[in-house]
Order: sequence, then structure tokens, then C-alpha cells
Amino acid sequence: MQFEASNLIPVVPELFILSLACLVLVIDLFIDDEQRIFTYALTQVGLVFAIFITLSVGQTEAQIVFDGSYIRDGMSDVLKVSIYIVTIGAFLYSKEYLVEHGLFKGEYYVLGLFAVLGMMVMVSAQSFLTAYLGLELLSLSLYALVAFDRDSKTGSEAAMKYFVLGAIASGMLLYGISMIYGATGALNFTTVTTALMGTGMEDIVLVFGLVFVVIGLAFKLGAVPFHMWMPDVYHGAPTAVAQFLSSAPKIAAFALAMRLLVDGMLPLHSDWQQMLVILAILSMALGNVIAIAQTNIKRMLAYSTISHVGFIMMGILAGTSEGYSASMFYAIIYAVTSLGAFGIIILLSKKGFEAENLDDYKGLHERSPWFAAMMMLFMFSMAGVPPTVGFWAKLFVLDAVVSVELTWVALVGVFFSIIGAFYYIRIIKLMYFDKAENVLPVIGNLDTRIALSVNGVLMLALGLFPAALLTICVRAIGS
Amino acid sequence: MTFEKILFYVFSVILVLSATMVITRRDPVHSALFLVLAFFTSAILWMLLEAEFLAIVLVLVYVGAVMVLFLFVVMMLDTDKAAMRAGFVKMMPVGLIVAGTMAFEMFLIVGPQYFGLDKFAMPAPHPADYSNTEELGRVLYTVYMYPVEIAAVILLVGIIAAIGLTMRKRPDNKSLDPSEQVKVTKGTDRIRVVKMASEIKQEAK
Repeated sequence: MQFEASNLIPVVPELFILSLACLVLVIDLFIDDEQRIFTYALTQVGLVFAIFITLSVGQTEAQIVFDGSYIRDGMSDVLKVSIYIVTIGAFLYSKEYLVEHGLFKGEYYVLGLFAVLGMMVMVSAQSFLTAYLGLELLSLSLYALVAFDRDSKTGSEAAMKYFVLGAIASGMLLYGISMIYGATGALNFTTVTTALMGTGMEDIVLVFGLVFVVIGLAFKLGAVPFHMWMPDVYHGAPTAVAQFLSSAPKIAAFALAMRLLVDGMLPLHSDWQQMLVILAILSMALGNVIAIAQTNIKRMLAYSTISHVGFIMMGILAGTSEGYSASMFYAIIYAVTSLGAFGIIILLSKKGFEAENLDDYKGLHERSPWFAAMMMLFMFSMAGVPPTVGFWAKLFVLDAVVSVELTWVALVGVFFSIIGAFYYIRIIKLMYFDKAENVLPVIGNLDTRIALSVNGVLMLALGLFPAALLTICVRAIGS
Repeated sequence: MTFEKILFYVFSVILVLSATMVITRRDPVHSALFLVLAFFTSAILWMLLEAEFLAIVLVLVYVGAVMVLFLFVVMMLDTDKAAMRAGFVKMMPVGLIVAGTMAFEMFLIVGPQYFGLDKFAMPAPHPADYSNTEELGRVLYTVYMYPVEIAAVILLVGIIAAIGLTMRKRPDNKSLDPSEQVKVTKGTDRIRVVKMASEIKQEAK
């Protein structure tokens, strides 16, 4: 193999984020606690730069470098940029929370940046090995972030659960990959696909490996019946971390599923389609039904995540480029909506008080009409009520599933979405029709308030004009 | 039966038995020691596969470093053995069913009918001067350069996470920094005259 410097150009965004993380790590050592804001600013500016770098490196045709370990295509560009934007948002919201809870430390941003790097590696993976390593990089950073509040017992417990279950899931994934490697003799997606075309469907070893890969994926996505870790982790982790956890990594998990199943094992589509149908239906059913019984809003959002993961899977299982782009649209929209919903929790949480019970939202309208309206938009978007963007996300996915003659799956999806609408609208009822238990005004930093307003209005704006983002997704999948 | 085959079966049996012991022993120290044995025997199995570099690395890294540290931790910690085994009997049926199903599936798939010599030709034995280490090194920094770099980053994250989660300045720590202590000057550093109003006893909250 000849080394050419031009091969490194597609990897520049990764190199940039890695250098940024190392830079933040070193600089943070030399500054005092009062100047910690500098670490934060550097991280945010770096992430903004990364958007421009990714866009300028991006071209229309796909490039595969590093002997087929790395791919840069339309999908990777769009997903990377959305990961940066969501991460910037998450860091923005979390700043106030971290300062108030005494967690405003450089490691938070360093680990966050490494998590972003892991997501980028997943998004751009073109071999089973890189996909796995990216996933590990992301998970390892997230385990540490969940345990970030060391004095919190629930936090440590959540991190422990997350770590043990995550390790089991990684083991499953690796075992599946080893089977596929054994049967095809390759780790590279292109070679594996070619080998799969040759052997045909009856090779039971491949299906055996596929089962383990899908189980590993379902664990990481949080699909039923591999969802047990999600509510505990969301509940136990500091709200700022739960927010990060529920947003950007979902985009990366979508990308991982796309890379492993579609890029890697498309010839086995009819096999993994059935598996995903089961996972998607179970996720939507269990997520939506159990969320109704929750009194803790963080747990409720965890179950809501599970149901949304079902929808994301539904788009992928359609197996058409229409389905993939609908699913991609859904994943991005879900990440942004979840970011906003957790943003409201962070806004209402103060030092020593977590606004995590549903009762804390009673009469929010009296305390702050504007943020109650924002929360309403987030909840409507999650429930899929027009004119918010969540409606379009659900519509596109359902449309894709119906067009591949899986109408019954779409019907099940609609049915459970209606059940799910109950607990989203319950929050709106609590905010608008119940008497407030505490009448403290809602105070937050200016940047948080502006970001939340932008985030909320975005739900409405994208709902009124969904075509722009959808075109981007369709073009990204098509390239 | 060739000599290699006999070796394979002998060490496989030891491996399976020691792995079973790891999870059934009462004393964590015994479990850790059996894990060392399991690592050793699997290293020997790799040796039989002519993967001598990996075999040696397994012994050096896992047995030499990881397990020794692990034994240290196990001996230092005051583990409540009864609490660790609580629920073992209760959980066992579920565990056995899951493990049994998985083992049965593996038994069906990972066998000679799918991985036999008719499916995959026997690899030709390498000549005596063939260096496994050299071949690994050749691909590791060319074909697999990108994964190697990511693995390096993962290790870095491991270090950051470990230090970040364990290192802390404890407020109740009363130890003094000698380098600060010797810098003290006579006068202002040693005594400070404070003017203050007479104290009013506050009501305890």
C-alpha cells in the first residue's frame, strides 16, 4: 500500500476533533476553577469549526480510504454535522446545570469530545472493526460521563449497570462479527457484501452471526427486549448527561445500524428485516405503555426514547432508500426534540433540586408562559401532532413502511403512537390546567433561554417547512 | 490421533474446567487464580494455532499485568462473600436456561458440518523461519492503521475516565504540602491580627 497525504483529507474532521479534545485536556490542566469557562468556550468554538471543516471536506461522491476501513459519503457528512450541532446544544444547556451542581470541570468536555469522536468513527465506519471500535470509544466516554457526579449514589449505580450491560452487548456484537468473519473471511463491508452475494441465504452461520450482531445493536439502541438499562441510566445520570445521552448518540446508533445492516449485510435483508420487525413492535408497545405509569419525567423520557427507537428501526427495516432517509430524518429530529425536552428539565432544576417529577410541571404556564409553550412544542413533536416536525418524521417513516407492503407494521406503529400521545399530552395538561405547587419564577441564564427558544421554535419551523431537511436526508442517502 | 490433537483436547478440557471453576468458587481469590489458569491454557491453544505472538501477549499482558493487579484489588477489598452469592440459587434457573440455549445453538452451528475441512481448507503449516510477529506488525501499521489509532484513543479515554473518576481533593484531607510549608516567612504568614466585632451567638438552624 502506498501512503498518500491526500488520503488523509476525508479524515480531517476526525483529526480535528481528536486534536481539539487533546488540546482542551491539556489547557484545562493549567487554568483555575474560575477560568473554567475558557475550556467550555474552546470546546464550543471548536465544534463550530468542525461543522465548517466537515462541510468543506464533503464532496458529492463517496470516498473510501485506509484500505476500506473508512468511508466519507453524503450520509456521514450530514450525520456528523447534526452530531456537532446537537452536541453544541447539549453543552450549552448543560453549562448552567454543571455550574450549579459543582460539576463544571474540564473532563466533562474532554469526555464529551471523545464521545463525539466515537460517534464520528461509527458514522464513517466501513468495516466491522472500525464500527466496533467507534462504538467502544463512544460507550467508554458515556460510562464515565454517567458516573460523573461521584457523590451521587444513583449515578454510580446507573454507570455500573450501564457498564456491565454495555460490556455484555459488546461481547455479543463481537461474537456475531467473529461468526461473519469466519464465514466470509473479511471484516470490510464491501468484501463481506460480495461474499454474501456468493453464498446466498442458506448459510446458517451467517444468520447465526447476524442474530448476535442485531442483539448487540438492539442493546446499544435500547430496543426491547434489550432496553433494561435505559430507564435506570436516564434516571441515575446527572440530567445534563442524560440529555447528551438521549440526543447525539441516537443519531450515531442509527448510523451504526445503517452501516452494519445496510452497508455490511444487505444481502441478508430478508433475515434482519424479520428481526427488526419484532424489535420495533416490541419497543413501540412496551415503551409507550410503560411510560404512562412513570411519575418521574426522566424515566418517562427514557421509555419514550425506547418507543422512538422502534420508529427509527421501522424505517430501516423497510429496506428502501425512502425508508432509510425517513429513518435518518426521524433520528435527527428525535435528537433535537429530546435535547429541548431535557433542556426544560435543566432550566427548572436548581441547586439541590431536580425538576424530575411530573408534579414539578404543574402550572408551569403561570410561572413562565413562554417556556411552557416551548415544552408544549417539544411534547407535541414527540407525540407527532401537526404542525410540529414530529408529525412529519412519523409520517415519512410510516409512508416508507406502507410502500413496502408492511401495512400491518405501520398500523401497529400508529396504534402505539396514539397510546403514547397520552403521556405527552398529560404533561401539557399539567402545565396549563393544574395549579402551580410552587410559584417561583423560572430563571435561567440568557444563553440557555435563547437556545431553548430557538430549539422550540425550530420544532414549529421545521414542521411548517420540512422539505429542506428531508431533501438533505434523501440526497445524503442517495449518494 | 496426532500428538497435536491430543494436546488440543487436554488443554481444552483444562480450559473448560478452569472456566467453570472461575464462576463457581466461593473465594474470589481462587476464582482469580483459576482465571489465570484459563488464560494460560487458552494461550497454549493459540500457540497450537501458530499464533505465537498473541499467545505470548496474552500471558504477558493478562496473566502478568491484569490478573496480578486484579488479585491485588481482590485481596485489598473486604468483599462480603455472602452478599456476593446472595440470589445465586434464585437466579440460577434463569441463567441456566439462557446459557443452555446459547450453548445448544453454538453446538449446532459451530461444528464440523459448517466449519469442517470440506468447507475451509486446512491452512498450510508455515516454515520454521516464519515470524508471526513480523507479519502482524506489517499489517498493523499499514492496513489496520486507522483501527490501531482508534484503539489508542480508547486507551487514552480509559486513562482520563479512570483519573477523572478517582482523583479528587478531599476537603477533610489534613495533610500539608511541605514545599508550601518551608516557604513560610516570619511575621505576616505566621500570625494574623484580625479586628472584629464581638461575636453574637447565632441561633442554631
